[in-house]
Order: sequence, then C-alpha cells, then structure tokens
Amino acid sequence: MAAKNIDTVKKTLLREMLRIRMIEERIAEIYPRGEIRTPAHFSIGQEAVSVGVCAALGKDDWVFNSHRCHAGYLARGGSLSSMMAELFGRSTGVCGGKSGSAHLASPKINMYSAPILGALIPVGVGVGFSFAMDGKKNIAVVFFGDAAFEEGVCAESINFAVLKKVPVLFVCENNFFSSHTHIKYRQPAIPIYKRVKSYGIEALRVDGMDVMEVYKASARLVKKIRDGSGPLFMECTTYRFLEHVGPNFDFNNPYRTEKEVRMWMRRCPIARLRRRLLKDNTVTEKELESMAEKISLEIDGSLDYARKSPWPEDEDLLKDVY
Amino acid sequence: MYTEKRETKKRLLTYANAISEAHVQTMRNDPDCFIMGLGVTDYKGIFGTTISAFKRFGPKRVIETPASENALTGITIGASLTGKRPVLIHARNDFMFLALDQMINGASKWKYMYGGKSSVSFVIRGIIGKGWGQGPTHSQSIQSVFMHFPGLYIAMPSTPYDAKGFIVSSLSENVPCVIIEHRRLYDTFGDVPKKIYKSKFGKARVIKKGSDITLVATSIMAMEGVKAYIALKKMGISLEVIDPRSLRPLDKDTILRSVRKTGRLIVADTSWTTCGFSSEVAALASGETFKYLKSPIKRIGVADCPSPVSFKLEEKFYPTYKDIFIECCKMLNKTPDLGLIADPIIDSFKGPY
Repeated sequence: MAAKNIDTVKKTLLREMLRIRMIEERIAEIYPRGEIRTPAHFSIGQEAVSVGVCAALGKDDWVFNSHRCHAGYLARGGSLSSMMAELFGRSTGVCGGKSGSAHLASPKINMYSAPILGALIPVGVGVGFSFAMDGKKNIAVVFFGDAAFEEGVCAESINFAVLKKVPVLFVCENNFFSSHTHIKYRQPAIPIYKRVKSYGIEALRVDGMDVMEVYKASARLVKKIRDGSGPLFMECTTYRFLEHVGPNFDFNNPYRTEKEVRMWMRRCPIARLRRRLLKDNTVTEKELESMAEKISLEIDGSLDYARKSPWPEDEDLLKDVY
Repeated sequence: MYTEKRETKKRLLTYANAISEAHVQTMRNDPDCFIMGLGVTDYKGIFGTTISAFKRFGPKRVIETPASENALTGITIGASLTGKRPVLIHARNDFMFLALDQMINGASKWKYMYGGKSSVSFVIRGIIGKGWGQGPTHSQSIQSVFMHFPGLYIAMPSTPYDAKGFIVSSLSENVPCVIIEHRRLYDTFGDVPKKIYKSKFGKARVIKKGSDITLVATSIMAMEGVKAYIALKKMGISLEVIDPRSLRPLDKDTILRSVRKTGRLIVADTSWTTCGFSSEVAALASGETFKYLKSPIKRIGVADCPSPVSFKLEEKFYPTYKDIFIECCKMLNKTPDLGLIADPIIDSFKGPY
C-alpha cells in the first residue's frame, strides 16, 4: 500500500470503511429477523481504526481483535461469505459455527478475536515473541478496547513485551465505554497513552475518527517496530454509534445523551473522508455510487451463501475438542 | 492392564532428575521447544529441574520471566500458534489460579471455538507443595479444576518414569497439557530409561494387582497406596492399586475392569473430595459398575478445610497409607491390626522449600 500514490490509498481506505459500514448496516437490518442468533457487537463508527491500521500491515503479520471485531475481521481481509455463514451458524462459517460474532477468526490468515476483553493481548505478544526468537521481521498487532486496559493481563503483557523487546503494536480503541460504564468511572483522568509512556516506549494518541491519521501513524509505527524498536502503543479515540451489543441506536438510555452520540456521528470517519475526497476531486459521486452498488451486490451474495449453507451435523458438536 | 516396555537393566533416577532429563532431551530434539517461568534460570532452577537445560541451552531457550502468570500463559499460546513448543513452569501449582483465564477461557477452548483450524500445544508444569507449614496458599492440589473443562489434558505423575514420560508425550500432543507434579516425590527414586520415551495420556497403570479392593490413587497417594498394599497383605487382604496417571483423558476401562473384578472401590486423592477427582471416579464407577459393587464406594482426601500451617494440624490434615489401610479393613468388616501401621510417619523432608 505504501508504494501507491496517496490518492489511491485514500480511495482504498474509503472503500474499505464503506464496505464494512454497509455490511454491518445490512446485518443490523436483518438482525431482528432472528436468522443471526449470536450476540453481535457492531463496529459502526469505529471503522477507521481497523481499516487504518490493517492498511499498514503486511500479509505475514498477525492480527488479534476484541469482541467488537467485524471491522477488524473485514479490514484484515477475512472472507465475507464465511463470516456471514458463521453469523448464521452454518457449517460453512469461518469457524464452522463455533465462533459466532464475538470470536470471529480466520486462522488461515492468522487473525483471531475473543470477547474476554484483554484475552488476546498476551497471545499477540507470544506471537511477536516467537517472531523475535526466529529473527523474523513480522509483527503482531493487538486491538483492544479501553476496558481491556484495566485488566491485569494488559499490564502484564506490556511489561513483558517491553522487557523482551517484542515486535508488537498495541492498538487501544478507546470508545470511552465498557458496556455502559464511562471511562471516567473506571480510570484516572490521565490518558491511557500517557500512562503507557512510563514504560519507556513510544506511545501516542491519534484521532480514531480520521482514517488517514490512523493509517499514517500506523505505517510509521509498524516500520519502526520492524526496524527493531520493540513494542509500541497507539491509543485511538473513537466512538460506537450503536448500543453496546445489538443492532440498535440507544439514544434513550441514561448512560449517554443523544446530543453526545450525534456529536460523534458528525465526526463519522466515512463521511469525513468522503467529503474531503469529493471536494478535491479525488473521487466523483458517480464512482462512489458504483462502489456502493458493487458492495451491495457482494453483500447480497454473502447472505445468499449463508442462507443456502447447510447446518452443522449433530456429530460436529463433539468434534475438535482435542 | 497397560504396561510399558522397560529396559531390562534398571537405571535409577530421582523424580527431579527425570524431569530435568526430559527437558534436556526434548529441547535437544526440537529447536522450537523452550522453557519459561519465574525462577527457571536461578541457581535453584525449579528444585533442580531446569538447571541442566539452562546450562546447555542458555537464556534464549530457558527464559526468565516476570511473575505474570496470566500473560505468560497467553504468551505460550501465541508462541505455540507459530510452531513453538513452550513449557511454562509454576513452582507452586497454586499460582495457576492467576492464569485460569488464559488456561480455561483461552487454551482449553481454542481448537473448538476456532472451528478446529488452529490448535494450542503447550506444557504447563505446576508443583504441589506439602508439609513444612506451607499453609493454605502453597500446598493445594488443583487438578480437579482443570479436569472439569473439556479441552485440556491433565497428568499427575507419581513415578520418575512418568515424570519424564509425560513431559515428552505432552510436547508431542497438539493439545494444551497440564502436568501436576508433587514436590514430595522429587527425591524419590525410580527406574528411568535413558532413551526418550512417552507416557501415554489416557492409560492408567496398575501398580499392584489384587482381588479384594480396588484403590484408585493419584500422585503421592498412589505411593501411599503401595504402602497400604504391603500392610494389608499381612492381613490377607489383596489390594489392587491403580495409578490413573492421566486424569483427562481418564482411562475409564482399566478402573471399571478392576472394580468389576473386586466389587469394591476406594479413591484416594491429594485434594479435597468435594467436586474432586474422587467424586468423578466414584460417580463413574457407581454409574457403570453398580451391580458389581459389594459395598459403598469410599473416598479419601485431605480434610475439608484450607491447609493449616502447624505441624500438629498438618498431621491431621493429610491422609496417609494408614487411612487407606483402615478403610480397607472396614470395607471388609475386618478389625484392623493396628500393629501393622504402628510405625510413626517419618517425615524426613526439611524446609525451607
């Protein structure tokens, strides 16, 4: 990606974000029908983080996501049809109907997700540790939310990674809420990245609603890690537009105001980039329409695939325990 | 009955040295195998079990770590995904409670939840402490915790032979394996072949053949079982002693075959009886061999309280061969000849740990 000219990069990032948004909006639309029976944590609003970071990675890097993982899965190149089939609980799902939404993984491309907030932080460090042992240039990237930062395993993992100079990029997606509890009730006021700096590594904060900012920072950090810096830390401030889990807006709940949500929605990373690219004629309305049309057809195809796919067999229940 | 091929000439090693030898041999055979843990490179080297490996392979493969039990477990998962064969060591198995998230929510479910397309292979060694006043948080045996969850293999070696053999077999499995060792067995001697060999998961070992009562006994309790066997023999009671060795998968066949033969079962475990290994075996036998049973199943475990510190209380807390002996007599309605178990328990173990 880095070699291509910047306009192509911008267009690609816009397309990636738009694709993820449209996929999730479609999932949200059909979710109430009950065909998808797995708790889904929508990434809507947070797409720029996954897209910006993944665009800076090479194919042999490993990626670990949290439970809010649809964006990470898609940005990293996970198959859409296999994801849909997984959400539908079908045997053709990327994990055969055993992972659902929150554990969405594609072992084939070395990407995993897990919903025990900080669960995969040390696993990513272990992968990076192994790369370092073998003198490989690959890195591991671990995405996690602001609440995962409160779990002991996160501090343990950062400590180990710094101590052993592990090639890992920590990406904290700070959307300010753990379920419905605001970060001000969970953490001291000093920002996360500033606390991480005390380990003596570069830690920074970027606007997670600006995909170019995320991408540029990631590209720089990834290169620095490949050149042997050891672990680096990037906090991306972002915001989920929908409820914690499920397909709906939750304007009328007491934990946040509609005004606050609307304020963040005005900062939508897709709309922002779209406006910018239209303004400087990098992209035309027509191109965007055609882009959306193609994505829509792709989604139709994936839903069709999921619906027509067979259920797992009874004997699959006890398969793959060992 | 499962028997392993033994070399004709005996080669005696301690349990600790057998473990040490297993590490050196497995690391020599596989450059991807490494050891991690707090204290693995210090001068005591986990009661002597990692000193040789450290001398031979150095700090890049015998890796000193911070005391971060949960992260270390996740790190071993990650390393194993890329083809490494990590061994993580906890000098006391009680510290594995700090790693339960990664062991249970992570490793045990990994293969299943990711659709069988990815598997974790690591070995975690945890050591049970006993006696010398180690008290409530340094002398538990937590095997039943791991037995409860599908997805892990659990071994409890009672002999130097298995202490070595299970490290070798664990490293060859594509399954996360937990080996619970017993500190009080570390200085015991046993026959250990020089070559590299595997102890089989899911295969129990009949240590002593007998016909009156079946004793299924884990870890150090299997050794107590052998002592009870000798004393009972003098009373004309024939005890069959089975060391399950591998708790998950459990060799149900060997246990059930024995119970069908003897009609009587005692299960002796190093831990509490409630929701423990002994409950599991008792339920298994009553479910599968009920019509063969001539008397109720008896379970022997530590007292139903946290481990005490005072020497006098410790004596009451831990069951010994004497308890097995007395229960066997009771089961057969025989008056126990207490003279046969009159010798005081000699505890030659000296701290500090």
